[in-house]
Amino acid sequence: MILVSCPWCGPRNSSEFRYVGESKGRPDPNAATPEEWRRYLYVKSNPADWATETWYHRAGCRRFFAVERHTVTNEIRETRRPAAQLRLEGGGS
Amino acid sequence: MADQPSGTGHPAGNAPAPNAPAPNAPAPKPTVRANGSSGKARYPAKYSALSLFTHGLRGRDWPRMWRRHEMRPSYDVVIIGAGVHGLATAYYLAANWGVTNVAVLDKGYLGGGGSGRNTAIVRANYLTPEGVRFYDRSVKLYENLAADLNFNVMYSQRGHLTLAHNDSSLRTMRWRAEVNKLEGVDSEVIGPDEIKELVPYMDTSENTRYPILGALYHPPGGIIRHDAVNWGYARGADIRGVHIHQETEVVGIDVEAGKVTGVQTSRGRIATPVVVNCTAGWASLISDMAGVKMPIITHPLQAAVTEPVKVFLNAVVVSGTLHVYVSQTDRGELVFGASTDPYASYSTRGSLEFTEELAGHILELMPSISKMRVLRQWAGLCDITPDFSPIMGVTPVEGFLADVGWGTYGFKAGPVAGESMAELIATGVTPELIASFDLARFAEGRLVGEKGAAAVGH
Ligand SMILES: Cc1cc2nc3c(=O)[nH]c(=O)nc-3n(C[C@H](O)[C@H](O)[C@H](O)COP(=O)(O)OP(=O)(O)OC[C@H]3O[C@@H](n4cnc5c(N)ncnc54)[C@H](O)[C@@H]3O)c2cc1C
Ligand SMILES: [Zn+2]
Repeated sequence: MILVSCPWCGPRNSSEFRYVGESKGRPDPNAATPEEWRRYLYVKSNPADWATETWYHRAGCRRFFAVERHTVTNEIRETRRPAAQLRLEGGGS
Repeated sequence: MADQPSGTGHPAGNAPAPNAPAPNAPAPKPTVRANGSSGKARYPAKYSALSLFTHGLRGRDWPRMWRRHEMRPSYDVVIIGAGVHGLATAYYLAANWGVTNVAVLDKGYLGGGGSGRNTAIVRANYLTPEGVRFYDRSVKLYENLAADLNFNVMYSQRGHLTLAHNDSSLRTMRWRAEVNKLEGVDSEVIGPDEIKELVPYMDTSENTRYPILGALYHPPGGIIRHDAVNWGYARGADIRGVHIHQETEVVGIDVEAGKVTGVQTSRGRIATPVVVNCTAGWASLISDMAGVKMPIITHPLQAAVTEPVKVFLNAVVVSGTLHVYVSQTDRGELVFGASTDPYASYSTRGSLEFTEELAGHILELMPSISKMRVLRQWAGLCDITPDFSPIMGVTPVEGFLADVGWGTYGFKAGPVAGESMAELIATGVTPELIASFDLARFAEGRLVGEKGAAAVGH
């Protein structure tokens, strides 16, 4: 069991969360071609390295956040609120 | 002198790769054993009841099942990954098409990936017509494999049951049964009474948490000895002249003007016009080297095995709702599996929550096995695709071929994938059977959705 630290609730067992996947920029749905949209949906970088991911605190505050995790060791070096959340709260970047 | 280890390997053993020599090991010297016989044995051995008997009388060693070779500076075909897919591709290239200037490279030992870690379920009861036809061809090849390879692969077609605990999964089972029948594959939906007859130890009563409403019954499904399949293909390929290079890691792929020209390995460069990616869980790392993006996410999948007991379970039982499946080996161990770990990872560490959940769920199906002890658990890496179908054939880089996306279900596909990839390499034409599993389907929106038949039942 790995320990994931929710930016709102603190450290919890990973079983409380849902792994959403690698974070990546979403193309504009109105401007993207079907091919671009499918690439966004399906193609991942799948690194054996540090990855920036989105996790969801399913059995807790039910919020999404960003996680920096190494996919070979499963070490987590940072969790933080997603950029969009920080903008909403008027803090951060 | 009497206890001196002999330099030759034995065809059957418990070590993962009985013939994998230590790195840079000196060539084994023929040793004289206690009974005076020489350890040197003629290659290749022909396995039969008679040869077993005479070997027993003479106390002779068996020759190695495959040999160690110097690496050539170039090959006609380089296959990356010595799992069932890489080895079967090499075998059929040599056996069906006479293409023998072939190297199979593995960074570790032969069968050290998913091919030596899977739960060895073989079946054809998929959901899409493309999938059913493809896996059915593999079942047919498996049925004759022991004879083809002169190697006992212990294929046991004992029947396969996928349980339904709710209306929606029962609907999926009916759908699968109809598609299967149309493709000539033996499958039918049966009720709790028939299930009880096939698996008397299963709790089919109505007062369980998730009562069993029915099951998809697939008589030709079963289990096989996975190591024997890997070793048998390796031996068959080696006899025909294929070079198997273990402990040879690919670290780069040379592409010039959109064409493959060679691979860089930990033991130097090999020039080649054809590279086949058979690296399963590591597939996207390899295709990145050639500049080809793959829609693959690597998830670990765990399994566990109990101490052996007298045989009481004659079918393979899968429950998607309870995320668990079980079969009993000929030795009597129960082999369990479940769904993949819930996040992407290249780690093959087992976890306690896996065993806890597994035990809880299996006891809902078979309460009477509560006293059995788990002996060990392990994990392997699975290359999951968006539609739970493989990615096979050509890529945008000429000469760089894919045989990946095998997820949690690729062992059973080893023979048909090897046969099809060999045909593609030898003829340059993509066989009809694998045409719909091309990489381009993701950009073009032609997914072959097998999630309903492949997510838990491997
Ligand atoms: C626990 C578990 C249970 C499973 N159960 C079933 C089942 O019941 N039925 C079924 O059909 N399937 C099952 N599967 C899936 C099946 O095991 C795989 O799909 C299949 O074995 C893949 O075979 P492969 O030859 O493509 O790859 P693998 O056997 O994984 O071989 C890939 C090889 O590539 C090598 N490699 C990686 N990177 C490099 C590099 N850079 N250079 C050189 N070599 C490299 C690795 O060392 C490895 O040996 C299961 C998998 C697991 C983990
Ligand atoms: Zn939280």
